[in-house]
Amino acid sequence: MTDALGRVRSALVLGGGSEIALATLDRLATRGLRRAVLLGRRPEVMREGARGLAAKGVEVIVLPFDAEAIDTHAPDIAHTFATHGDFDLVILAFGVLGDQETFEADPTAAGHAAIANYAGAVSSGLAAAAALRAQGQGTLVVMSSVAGQRPRRDNYVYGSTKAGLDAFARGLGEALRGSGARVMVVRPGFVRTQMTAGMKPRMLAQSADQVAASIVAGLDGGASVVWAPSPLRWMFLVLNALPQAIFRKLKA
Amino acid sequence: MPGKQQAGATTEHRGPLTGWGRTGPTVARIVRPTDIPGATAALMGAGPRGTTARGLGRAYGDAAQNGGGLVLDATAIDFIGPIDPETGAVDVGGGTSLGALITTAIAAGWFIPVTPGTRHVTIGGAIASDVHGKNHHVEGTFTQHVDSMTLLLPSGETRVVTPESDRALFWATAGGMGLTGVIVEARVRLTPAATRFITVDTYRTNDLDQTMSLMADYDTRTHYSVAWIDLVTAGAHMGRGVLTCGDHAPLEALEERKREDARRWRPRPAPPAPPIFPSQVVNRLTSRMFNELWFRKAPAERLGELLPLETFFYPLDIVDQWNRVYGPRGFLQWQCVIPFGEEARLRRLVEAFVHGPVPATLAVLKRFGAANPGHLSFPMPGWTLAVDLPAARGDELASFLDGLDREVADGGGRIYLSKDARMRPEWLDVMYPRIDEWREVQARIDPQGRLTSDLDRRLGITAPASARVRGAGPHSMGDAR
Repeated sequence: MTDALGRVRSALVLGGGSEIALATLDRLATRGLRRAVLLGRRPEVMREGARGLAAKGVEVIVLPFDAEAIDTHAPDIAHTFATHGDFDLVILAFGVLGDQETFEADPTAAGHAAIANYAGAVSSGLAAAAALRAQGQGTLVVMSSVAGQRPRRDNYVYGSTKAGLDAFARGLGEALRGSGARVMVVRPGFVRTQMTAGMKPRMLAQSADQVAASIVAGLDGGASVVWAPSPLRWMFLVLNALPQAIFRKLKA
Repeated sequence: MPGKQQAGATTEHRGPLTGWGRTGPTVARIVRPTDIPGATAALMGAGPRGTTARGLGRAYGDAAQNGGGLVLDATAIDFIGPIDPETGAVDVGGGTSLGALITTAIAAGWFIPVTPGTRHVTIGGAIASDVHGKNHHVEGTFTQHVDSMTLLLPSGETRVVTPESDRALFWATAGGMGLTGVIVEARVRLTPAATRFITVDTYRTNDLDQTMSLMADYDTRTHYSVAWIDLVTAGAHMGRGVLTCGDHAPLEALEERKREDARRWRPRPAPPAPPIFPSQVVNRLTSRMFNELWFRKAPAERLGELLPLETFFYPLDIVDQWNRVYGPRGFLQWQCVIPFGEEARLRRLVEAFVHGPVPATLAVLKRFGAANPGHLSFPMPGWTLAVDLPAARGDELASFLDGLDREVADGGGRIYLSKDARMRPEWLDVMYPRIDEWREVQARIDPQGRLTSDLDRRLGITAPASARVRGAGPHSMGDAR
């Protein structure tokens, strides 16, 4: 961003229905965000979610986007940049959580979730990165998850897509070095949103707005990886080192 | 008016650029041609993100940045022609630095007509920012001393522009932030100066009222005048300052032994500031110490002191890259002008800074004279206040300065675009009421929008920000599905 005080003036969200992404934009709206373009599956949901932004004077544009339709990603994202101008910030926020038991019963559904969460993120992430590189500045925020840190019995389909996404995003960040654009990977723990409604919150559960606060702080500080909340970084340092036999028994 | 030009090949690289404040870097393709044909070729080869010209990078914000596009580094187009002994007119390259021109000029008994606070500014930059100096109340801006300028236009044409040949384009270029063509050459009228010395009167003032009344008084008496003011100290001494006024020293004012080299001006290259400063070196404590020292070292009153011109005009040039002291987050300069009659508003601004979220490290107050016909030229009759601030506490500082912008706009004043790195675009059209007239001239010269910069994109100078959003530009690909 070329604003000397780090204010984001324009943002593009891939997966514009994401509560975390909208909460992030909401925080940015109070500090100079002028335009938000939301791409997502359900325009009416995005419009509803973006009401608060519009009330704060942000110009909101809502466009259809299908995370699984990977053939459309590069042309659609290029078109969005060409039509709506430069973006200081792109948030890659779409994803399907799904349910492990359902996935095991329906391998096709699991495959679709993997396409959306990983393949779709790769195609759209690369397209967004190319556009940011072409403008010589900008940050791509990639919504990863702690679920990608170490596979668990109860969410390994979702976890494996996030593990792949996390590795992809960090590699993309390396590829963008020197381009003026950069990547920030966000690893939230359990977040209380519609996606997790009905699930039993895990340790250090957060609201979407708390994660948004961590994201904004990460943007201010130029972080490349943000854990939300930050103690998760240390928790996973330990968890990743545990023998599998012990890890298996943890309910964290 | 063909100038002597350096031979040599155009060089090119890709890299990050910032302004002098070292904030908001963007990466661009940087091409450094050595002559006008080379510059033309570079301009013609620019991609869809357009071109901006860059000189010595002293604009504080993003005026000479063009993320993802072409930045035409003009500093190798730096010739100096012979000085007309009768009129002082001289043809110089757009990339010639004021410092180089001064060295040549002083040797022949001349000086540049207007100088900003650093000599590391190019002729092109001086015109594009329409710079002012300590003599604005007498001499106006730099462009008021330019007889003609040669612009490299987006069409590839090189056109000599004078106030007679194309008055609108000439004045649109004064303060036009380089968006009306690349300034590759200019004929500048120098001002006579018998020596490289300035006779200086210095006064210390106790508060803002005294600073302002003394300044009003001194404008009528000396050619150069400016006040440093303390924006850290609150209370009864708020706005205390040090006023310095000067005139070019005649040869007779010098001692015999000094007269010999009175016209030899070769400032030693400045030692560079070390590259690594942590963010917190400039803080409230060090700012207070610096301001106290600056005040204390000034005499209560000293008349007729003989100072070399660099000490008078360029006190900060003694350390190369002094902008590094602000650390990795960089710094801002906020400069406004407040019309005469709005002194109460100026006082409110001073009070705001004294109690502001970050310490004002360095502040300068100056009275402007009449405005010129430049559509986007910054000066207008009034008080100009320039304040250096560390770019810390981003969010808080941003809202603070937004509030000050409003105060300035409400009072009919404006913010200096060459210093800006964070203004909200909605103020641009309010502060520069002739901008639509300027946009018509700009569109005539650059119908396809090939000249742009990060500053232009941020503020919507060539087109209002709202028009840009609609994607009406040449690179739009039609409507969404």
